[in-house]
Amino acid sequence: MQSLEQMDSPCLDQDGRLTAKGNSLWQSLSEDQKLSFYHWMAMVRHFDRRSVILQRQGRIGTYAPLEGQEAAQVGSALALSQEDWIFPSYREHGVAMVAGLPLTHILLYWMGRVEGNRTPKGVRVLPPYVPIATQLPQAMGASWAAKLKKEQSVAIAYFGDGATSEGDFHEALNFAGVFKLPAIFFCQNNGYAISVPFSRQSAVPTVAERAAAYGLKGIRVDGNDVLATYQATREAVRRARAGEGSTLIEAVTYRKGSHTTADDATRYREKEEVEEWVQKKDPLSRYERLLTAEGLLDEAERIAWEKHCREHIDQAVQEAEEMLAPPPTHLFDHVFADMPVTLHRQRNEWEGGNEQNG
Amino acid sequence: MPVISYIDAVTQALREEMQRDEKVFVLGEDVGVRGGVFRATDGLYKEFGAERVIDTPLTESAIAGVAIGASVYGMRPVAEMQFADFIMPAYNQIVSEAAKMRYRSNNDWHCPLVIRAPYGGGVHGALYHSQSVEKLFAGVPGLKIVMPSTPYDVKGLLKSAIRDEDPVLFFEHKRCYRLIKGEVPTEDYTVPIGKAEVKREGDDVTVISYGLSLHFALKAAEDLEKEGISVHVLDLRTIVPLDKEAILEATAKTGKVLIVHEDNLTGGFGGEVSAFITENAFFELDAPIRRLAGPDVPAMPYSPPLEKEFMLNPEKVKDAIRELAEF
Repeated sequence: MQSLEQMDSPCLDQDGRLTAKGNSLWQSLSEDQKLSFYHWMAMVRHFDRRSVILQRQGRIGTYAPLEGQEAAQVGSALALSQEDWIFPSYREHGVAMVAGLPLTHILLYWMGRVEGNRTPKGVRVLPPYVPIATQLPQAMGASWAAKLKKEQSVAIAYFGDGATSEGDFHEALNFAGVFKLPAIFFCQNNGYAISVPFSRQSAVPTVAERAAAYGLKGIRVDGNDVLATYQATREAVRRARAGEGSTLIEAVTYRKGSHTTADDATRYREKEEVEEWVQKKDPLSRYERLLTAEGLLDEAERIAWEKHCREHIDQAVQEAEEMLAPPPTHLFDHVFADMPVTLHRQRNEWEGGNEQNG
Repeated sequence: MPVISYIDAVTQALREEMQRDEKVFVLGEDVGVRGGVFRATDGLYKEFGAERVIDTPLTESAIAGVAIGASVYGMRPVAEMQFADFIMPAYNQIVSEAAKMRYRSNNDWHCPLVIRAPYGGGVHGALYHSQSVEKLFAGVPGLKIVMPSTPYDVKGLLKSAIRDEDPVLFFEHKRCYRLIKGEVPTEDYTVPIGKAEVKREGDDVTVISYGLSLHFALKAAEDLEKEGISVHVLDLRTIVPLDKEAILEATAKTGKVLIVHEDNLTGGFGGEVSAFITENAFFELDAPIRRLAGPDVPAMPYSPPLEKEFMLNPEKVKDAIRELAEF
């Protein structure tokens, strides 16, 4: 069970009421900003639910659902700027969306099309990292490059609680600490690495406390409190840009569904635990309650936005499905900048030519 | 042309590329103040400063990972693995990430980086300072692998590697560092990656090799000339991409092929070269292809007589050539 102990003070309580800290942040936000948290979380949720259905229908491949983690992803992503570098794992399509990756691309990726990993100009989102924690040292490389280029960009690596047991987690945090790099480590601790609970990843109760061992700042926030994840990331960005070094953020959250559509979470999680998170701690309804209480969202507006989300997603699905299948020789594209003669021969052979082997 | 050592060629290439392009930087263990344990980065720290000549923690996976991240951002990192033996913790970064970045992003991102690593034995380096590791990477598409044998090739190929748009593994035989000297022009030049070179013309037996073993082949060829055996020596220089045209030509030249490398026999790169020749030039052959390689034991022993047993030398190469010549 996810413990809420040692948590940084929240901005929103479980019923969606602003705390004193939350209120001070709230006063500094524009109405557009306040609404954008909701708009994005709703979009991400609709996209996620639709993707699970698409997988069940056989229209996309195995999919990694993120429902329940919208606040952690949207809150942190909205605290970043266009020049910042994002190194995501495979569950961060919410982050990618906010950062400017079109929904069509995200769907293409889950359809098995590498074209989906192409980013629009100016969007600095790397393709999803599937081997666990490998993106962390690479984010340090982007941070170092920013230093050498004298640019203000910050690199943020997203990962889960399972990644904290990998060697690359240690190597990256140590590197960041030693060189005081402008980087952010954003851990969505959703309690499970597939089936293995966090207690099997760590003998200490939190991820955040590990920051101390590397000379980094560590902070643990309620990952289902979108204002808290936003504020923690914004502060981490400020520290990075000011030359104060890296921050390790642990956003405590929960994935409502399974690890992927190929997994069955009922095999390893208690029903009561799941129900508590689904019914009492949902990040989206919590924030909706705040907006409603603040007079920024009524039922009609909510329905209208949900309709917009559905239409937007429908359009992306249509676009992705209308893409022509890749030609078989696409298999050979983009191994190197220039195709070596030997690979060229293999490709021609595939096309039915009579080239010699090799 | 000035005569310089193999390792000086490394240093010169690094210095000149860092002067030419401010995006080039080096990182690794002891590469800064110490100038590298072999002194390959000697003087660079003083000339370019701590931000472009980074003394990293002992962290091979991060050395490779940082190089990948920085190269994606448009820099030209040259990472040093202190010994090729210690590249193993970085294997995941190199194989799963660097090799696949361009492919999996559909050409959106790529990794123009170089990873240099001293490899090979014969220096009393024992089990963990003597390994050849090229076979572990040679079957991984997306990586280029350079294994030069002369100072001229080292300098020209390292420059090409740094200017290349894709990840290049640059393996330097550490026994060559101070043993091998050669003429190197003072003006800027490059040697293309993927081109083998005939290092000696001959008619009776073809030897295909790279790295230190290439020099054993040249010495063997020189000695055998007195016995009336004329040896053709092809230096692969890069094993990926492989210069297959050059291999076919060298095979056709004599019809008898000996492949020599220090890496273990089984799974060693010689097997790939041999398979290629068999599939494509079988009717050019007048004898079975012969491979001379390191034995299939886990490591280079520290015991001097055993190290000597493991290592190749001109005598072993000569014996193998004679057998082929007599076939």
